[in-house]
Amino acid sequence: MVRIICKGLYKTYDKAGTKALKNVNLDIDAKGILTLIGRNGAGKTTFIRILSTQLKPTRGKVILDGVDVVSQPEKIRNKIAVIPQDSSLVPWMTAKQNILVYLLWRGFKYKDAVKRAESALDTMGIREYADKLPRKLSGGTRRKVMVATVLSSEAEIIFLDEPTTGLDPVSRRELWNILNKMKEDKLIILTTHYLEEAEELSDDIAVLDRGRLLRVGSINQLRKSIGYPYAVRIFDGGLKIPGIRGKVIKKDKDTLQIFCTEKEADRIADRLIRSKARFSINPTSLEDIFYMLIGDIKEDIHEKEQA
Amino acid sequence: MKRSRLSQLSASVLANAIYAMQNFPVMLINTILAPFGFLLIIFFVSHGTLLNVAIIGALIMTMVTSGTSLQGDLTHLKNDMKLQDMLVSSPVSPIIYIAGMALSEIVFSIPNIVVLGLLAVVFIHMSYVSAAIIAAVMLLTFAFSVSLGFFISTISRDIIEGWAFMGLISMLLATLPPVYYPITYIPLPFRYLAYLSPTTYSAMIAQNSIGFLSLSSSGIYLSWTILLGISFFILFLGIKRSRWREG
Ligand SMILES: Nc1ncnc2c1ncn2[C@@H]1O[C@H](COP(=O)(O)OP(=O)(O)O)[C@@H](O)[C@H]1O
Ligand SMILES: [Mg+2]
Repeated sequence: MVRIICKGLYKTYDKAGTKALKNVNLDIDAKGILTLIGRNGAGKTTFIRILSTQLKPTRGKVILDGVDVVSQPEKIRNKIAVIPQDSSLVPWMTAKQNILVYLLWRGFKYKDAVKRAESALDTMGIREYADKLPRKLSGGTRRKVMVATVLSSEAEIIFLDEPTTGLDPVSRRELWNILNKMKEDKLIILTTHYLEEAEELSDDIAVLDRGRLLRVGSINQLRKSIGYPYAVRIFDGGLKIPGIRGKVIKKDKDTLQIFCTEKEADRIADRLIRSKARFSINPTSLEDIFYMLIGDIKEDIHEKEQA
Repeated sequence: MKRSRLSQLSASVLANAIYAMQNFPVMLINTILAPFGFLLIIFFVSHGTLLNVAIIGALIMTMVTSGTSLQGDLTHLKNDMKLQDMLVSSPVSPIIYIAGMALSEIVFSIPNIVVLGLLAVVFIHMSYVSAAIIAAVMLLTFAFSVSLGFFISTISRDIIEGWAFMGLISMLLATLPPVYYPITYIPLPFRYLAYLSPTTYSAMIAQNSIGFLSLSSSGIYLSWTILLGISFFILFLGIKRSRWREG
């Protein structure tokens, strides 16, 4: 468990006056994978860069694992490792050399670094590419080598800013498997704008939008917090169910979606079974939660919340 | 864990010099040949009379190039590979990183220094004192160009800006100053331009030490003072104003 505390965190980029973070408050005992989601420009990278001591906030406090990262960055740098957004391998070094020099920069003895680099390449299943230059590797393999650099280090807290952006579905899934292995002994803080990825991987999810931290918690906590943990989908647009308590959305001509509590979902299901309608009931997806949180779900029909 | 400073220093040298040369040997050929272009031109044009000066000039220029290369390399690694961000969020200190990178530029120029050094031994008959003076001048030249390179790299946000700064630096440190020939060859109003460049003072001291220029003793003191002053100022600027963690 790693405790992360943010109090009144603001970041305004001076030149443009862009407010990238606005009053972010957070107190969480994080473990496994903590994922920051949000659209482009939400402030994910800014947040990661502040937590990982690359960027000073304009205002506010950040305590990571008991260390004030704003005033004592050196104290946390022993424990963290980062792959920045859009970072890439150094093109004139082989895969293994890229990992090796990173470990040397962290202060490992040469022999130790070589061992660690090789074992990381093994773990990632890319040993065969060890002596290849980056330009000879596929995008997916390159990304794996990048992940191997931080994986091979002793850091306990790993930041990955959009590690899967631009990868093909197979590579992405391979990377997920690796992250799931990594999280057994490290805390991984990653960002993504793929919501199904966040849902699949995360122990905790933080939702950022326009510089504000809207929610933090496990997917189940997020479901509860919005008040609609279940989504009923009815494939019969004409069907009338009186007295629905929940958020009703007309997806298209033939599909109706109702977000509601478990109890209400049961009641609706009963009725639907009796009227022989086609329907499905699922826990509300992160995607739906996300759109509800950022307020982009259009309540096309109506929203009833009767007592 | 106990972290080894030596490992941290060697990381920069391996990353920026050794592995680069190992994987791309053609770079080595390029760096070895680079200073000879001008040396040969001067040699031919002066019918051999300026050979001594040109060899010393090439040695000094090698040091200047190290500084400008450092700037290019740092900017490239920082902006295109985000390497600096990775290292900021790691236990390596900026001083060690930069010192290692500076060292890597020297390592890169070793073949050069060796070849030019041999030429100097063969063609210039200088005393140990002159040799020591030239070594000191080279060291100072390296110090200010590396500091300047580092400073510029931290304030340039992308490679285009980096290139622009690099062009300006090269002009100031390499094109303006009379490195391959005595300053007296430059007609007067233009000579003042040359005095703007710290490299001019490096060259004047070096040329004086092999007897190609005869500076008065006050001229020598003044040159040293200006050279040291500029070097410390730029070094100070590099350390003080450069950004490791962004504000
Ligand atoms: N260095 C910078 N200078 C000025 N504005 C910036 C800088 N970095 C990010 N921004 C702005 O801050 C906001 C948040 O950006 P960012 O943290 O990169 O978001 P995300 O990673 O979620 O896409 C955006 O509006 C972006 O344009
Ligand atoms: Mg981002």
